[in-house]
Amino acid sequence: MAFQLPKLRYEYNALEPYIDAMTMDIHYNKHHGAYTNNLNNAIAGTQVEALPIEEILREVSKLSPAVRNNGGGYFNHNLFWEIMSPNGGGTPGGELLKNIEKHFGSFNEFRDKFSNAAATRFGSGWAWLVWTGKDLQVFSTPNQDNPLMDVSDIKGTPILGLDVWEHAYYLKYQNRRPEYIQNFWNVIDWKTVEEKFLVATGK
Amino acid sequence: MKHQLPNLQYPHNALVGAISERTLEFHHGKHHQTYVNNLNSLIPGTKFEDASLEQIILNADGPIFNNGAQVWNHTFYFDTFSPNPKPSPEGDLLNAIEVSFGSFDEFMGKFTNAAVTLFGSGWAWLVVDADGKLAITQESNAGNPLRKGQKPLLTCDVWEHAYYLDYQNRRADYVQAFWKIVDWRIVENRFK
Repeated sequence: MAFQLPKLRYEYNALEPYIDAMTMDIHYNKHHGAYTNNLNNAIAGTQVEALPIEEILREVSKLSPAVRNNGGGYFNHNLFWEIMSPNGGGTPGGELLKNIEKHFGSFNEFRDKFSNAAATRFGSGWAWLVWTGKDLQVFSTPNQDNPLMDVSDIKGTPILGLDVWEHAYYLKYQNRRPEYIQNFWNVIDWKTVEEKFLVATGK
Repeated sequence: MKHQLPNLQYPHNALVGAISERTLEFHHGKHHQTYVNNLNSLIPGTKFEDASLEQIILNADGPIFNNGAQVWNHTFYFDTFSPNPKPSPEGDLLNAIEVSFGSFDEFMGKFTNAAVTLFGSGWAWLVVDADGKLAITQESNAGNPLRKGQKPLLTCDVWEHAYYLDYQNRRADYVQAFWKIVDWRIVENRFK
């Protein structure tokens, strides 16, 4: 069964003024759409064709660069749309907040560390909050790599991701990536991130 | 040594039809300028304080390499263009292209493919290899062929900032338009 572009849970203009409708439209339909099609073409007729995307990514070093690039692009954008909401922003609660405080000191310290990882990724890539199995970590990966991949320096389950490819922000922010990163905090759906944390930790 | 942003050899609107005025304003005025500023703030007190960009490209790593190479790459890229370009190469360069790639058209096809298929941010290059032959290469992010002992002749910036305001996801359209503004007189001079 081929991978499908998942439906967005909100309209293209729902994250205005932080992410503009034209960026959402092109990012979702053109970029994410192309990763989805290219992934399906790259795995067609191979032995990973029927596997879930997470399992494909866990053994991606054995597969073609096209699977790494497009499989990463497919998964990463799925997660990105999911963890944003027009009713986002604020701070997390419950177990996730407790763990953020435990591993980063405070929510503000975590936020600065994540923003810095996103701002300093040179070229295209993603910033992540990841449950490694032992702790929460913040770091970034190049291009469409992610922490599920066996090629990642730090491995684990991503529960929050920020796209810092220029296509994610250039129409609205141009060279001002830090402003885009700052505004991202207004659209994070912490309820979804908390759910992902509970699933990742098995709580 | 303080590095300076070189001026463009043409007005911001000179390449309209291929690259918009707005893109050039950001690309040269913001991105290229930021690499210059970053480099100038990184090198004081390091062994690269008085180094040339070429020395930085050959010897530096991390942020000093990234910003130094990006200063060099963008200067080289912007210097290739002209509002009245010579549309194709002649003489020794054309001969070398035909020897290495079969024909000018075949070269354009291969270079275009290198530019379109580079995944992520980076640059496509036409270089003279260590053995004197022409080659087409791809470099990620700030990569620069000098580091591999190659002589750069032509480059196409495929960071999304080079084309996103004008072409969005349609990188292939940008690379097609790129051919309309490459001044082959300049590339011939680099080859001499």
